[in-house]
Amino acid sequence: MTKITSLADLRRIKSDVEVKMNLRERSESPESMVQIRVAMATCGIASGAKIVMDYLVNELDKRSIPAVVTQTGCMGYCYAEPTIEVTRPGQQPIVFGYVDSKKADQIIEKYIKNGELLDGIIPVNYENIEGK
Amino acid sequence: MKDLALHILDILQNSVTAGAKLVQLGIEEIPSADKYIVTITDDGKGMSEEMVQQVTDPFFTTRTTRKVGLGLPLLKQNAERTGGSLIIDSKPGEGTKVTAVFSYSHIDRLPTGDIPGILALTASSYAEIDFIYKHHTPEGIFSFDTTEIKETLEGVPINNPQVITFMKDFIRDNLAEIKAS
Repeated sequence: MTKITSLADLRRIKSDVEVKMNLRERSESPESMVQIRVAMATCGIASGAKIVMDYLVNELDKRSIPAVVTQTGCMGYCYAEPTIEVTRPGQQPIVFGYVDSKKADQIIEKYIKNGELLDGIIPVNYENIEGK
Repeated sequence: MKDLALHILDILQNSVTAGAKLVQLGIEEIPSADKYIVTITDDGKGMSEEMVQQVTDPFFTTRTTRKVGLGLPLLKQNAERTGGSLIIDSKPGEGTKVTAVFSYSHIDRLPTGDIPGILALTASSYAEIDFIYKHHTPEGIFSFDTTEIKETLEGVPINNPQVITFMKDFIRDNLAEIKAS
């Protein structure tokens, strides 16, 4: 019989994560982590935003980059979906358009890791999506 | 939308935007009555009767960033395509309930899609909101409740990647157990 994931597994994961969190001495307050927001309105979802978000969550974890990936609404750039907003610690947010898994990989490798800019940035002049 | 899960992901966002604290998703598979019913219930700010009339109009939206709102119209279209319907009950200040009824056996009923994925991603994005998911099939009932998850986590953030993976596996395994379609 195959094993079914249960809440007991979650307890194990919890202790595991707690150990890791203590190792990093709680230096990772949300402000010190990369914040990524994936535009997840009808337009984004229809263009594949869910796949991009799945990819980002998995890859950032695999590449050991501490980041918070969340969802947000539509910014009005429906033509450029899927769009994501990336905020490196202490920097202004940058919005990337036409993001697929390949583009997301480049964003992680170039912008998130090294701060190098790349094609596909949507010029914006607001502080963040909610502030628009 | 390519599958039902993406529609649900979309409608869950409406509940979040409406300021809900608790969002409940229900899926009932009743092959004997040829029904596949999806309900999304929230305790958000609700809508006036007039607004309920308007929301399935593609040219109605509460957003200011664009002029169209396609989430509910597309779901309505997909439900009606199978001979089903979309029903919206809402009261200002109390919340909203969206019910999409599909014909179970209809060839145009959308594939279910990645329900575990969309729930894990939504629950982790909105840690302050609780999500309850109940899935009924003739084989049994599965329920998933983020309050339970958060209690077990005792302060470990729900948006931790390992926790997200756990939620996906947990939902997927249990859905398979009740033979969800």
